[in-house]
Amino acid sequence: MQSLTDRSKIASDKKMSFLEKIYLPAIAKGMAITLKHFFKKKATISYPEQKREFSEVYRGQHVLKRDDIGRERCTACGLCAVACPAEAITMIAAERKPGEENLYREEKYAAVYEINMLRCIFCGDCEEACPKEAIFLTDRIVASQYEREPFIYGKDILLEPLDIEKRIDISKRQTESVLKFKENKRFAHNK
Amino acid sequence: MDWTLLLYKTIFLFIIFLITLVVAMYSTYGERKVAAFMQDRIGPNRAGIFGLLQPLADGVKMFMKEEIIPLTANKKLFILGPSIAMSTALLTGVVIPWGGMLNIGGREFSMQITDLNIGILYVFAMVSIGVYGIMIGGWASNNKYALLGAIRAASQMISYELAMGMSIVALVLTTGTLSLHEIVSQQHGMHWNVFYQPLGFLIFMTCAFAETNRAPFDLPECETELIGGYHTEYSSMKLGFYLFAEYINMFISSAVIVTLYFGGFNMPFIDQLGLSPNFVTLLGSLFFFLKIFAFIFLFMWIRWTLPRFRYDQLMNLGWKGLLPLAIFNIMATGVYYYFTELI
Ligand code: SF4
Ligand code: SF4
Repeated sequence: MQSLTDRSKIASDKKMSFLEKIYLPAIAKGMAITLKHFFKKKATISYPEQKREFSEVYRGQHVLKRDDIGRERCTACGLCAVACPAEAITMIAAERKPGEENLYREEKYAAVYEINMLRCIFCGDCEEACPKEAIFLTDRIVASQYEREPFIYGKDILLEPLDIEKRIDISKRQTESVLKFKENKRFAHNK
Repeated sequence: MDWTLLLYKTIFLFIIFLITLVVAMYSTYGERKVAAFMQDRIGPNRAGIFGLLQPLADGVKMFMKEEIIPLTANKKLFILGPSIAMSTALLTGVVIPWGGMLNIGGREFSMQITDLNIGILYVFAMVSIGVYGIMIGGWASNNKYALLGAIRAASQMISYELAMGMSIVALVLTTGTLSLHEIVSQQHGMHWNVFYQPLGFLIFMTCAFAETNRAPFDLPECETELIGGYHTEYSSMKLGFYLFAEYINMFISSAVIVTLYFGGFNMPFIDQLGLSPNFVTLLGSLFFFLKIFAFIFLFMWIRWTLPRFRYDQLMNLGWKGLLPLAIFNIMATGVYYYFTELI
């Protein structure tokens, strides 16, 4: 049979030689290996102080985007919830009242928008499904909690701040080619 | 009654007691660090600088845990088990010569709590009683896994004690005494027993690993097969006692190995330095502890290198490997002395 790697060894029932029987050479060899690892560079990263380098399109905690003048982009169409394989997204839609034009971009908006971060598998399908460029995944990490309740992120956490300075930058993931690709939804999921 | 001597002994006893506990405490820290480093990790580093407060945190955790005594357990024996394990582990340190003579106010004090003329036998006796701690604990738990672990511990100890005793007989043949202080004094300079009894040393060390239930001989408590073995049912500080006793045993065995085979508190070339006797004694003790730490490191190094023996392999090694070897060692030593002394 052809072996899968060049490191495989044929098992055999042959009797051990004297040197093998007294174990000592093998033990010394093993100890040399562990000692070598003792002085090796460690693989651990001290997490909160040091962080691993993230990919530019890392899929972490979501953000609900606002447009240039600070209006919420989401129109509560529910496409993200439909696309979500983990069924992590729920929302309650509401109609925009006259005078709220500076708050919501479309006539319908999400009064409640929740993502259950324990269900979410960070696949990014919601981002892909959204026709309004309203939801994006970011390179922020979802913090750990002691209870289950706080993992259900509402609009208070998901929505990005109004302040232009504090907006979440997603230009890395929304490049020209991505926009072009998104133009034709035929290419996306449901293929 | 000699009150100064009594006072000195009491203080010294207390110091040794403290040192033993602290060393055992930091062995747990050392073990985790060594294990981590050998697996390319960093190990505990959050509690205090370099994680040095980790053992304290562990201790607090152990004390705070809920104390559970199973309903079906034999309550008295259940408590007796860890107590025996802990006290016998601590008792062994009494006969070990921690240093030479100390001159305080014109009087000579020995840095050994008591110099029994049968020191080695005393160590053996204590180690053997230590098995009862494990046996009783395993039996009283009323749990199949615990009982299996206890039985394994007992049979393993008995098998390896034989070979251990035999390797000591050969050592006694070369030294001609059972007193630990005498044995150390004879190894002055570089006349360490390991050079005269290399085979005996190997056998003794292997057995010491088995006696302390350390990997690769940690069958009584193998997690994968027996979910902890004899201490499966234990919780809180009673479990802490068992785990702690293991580390104390490791410390004491290292001390015994160093005493018997590596010259104890003797330091090579110390005579040529021309220092004051008290300073020499303290330096010797320091060197003794360095040697002990080296052995503790060896204990850990081996634990994190070798996989566990299978039970039949363990018995094979003990009865068919080490015991005949030890007997051969006695014969060879005897024959050697018979002929060299004749000529
Ligand atoms: S985030 Fe996008 S897909 Fe989801 S409801 Fe809002 S507009 Fe629709
Ligand atoms: S990333 Fe995937 S799993 Fe998470 S909410 Fe979006 S679609 Fe659902």
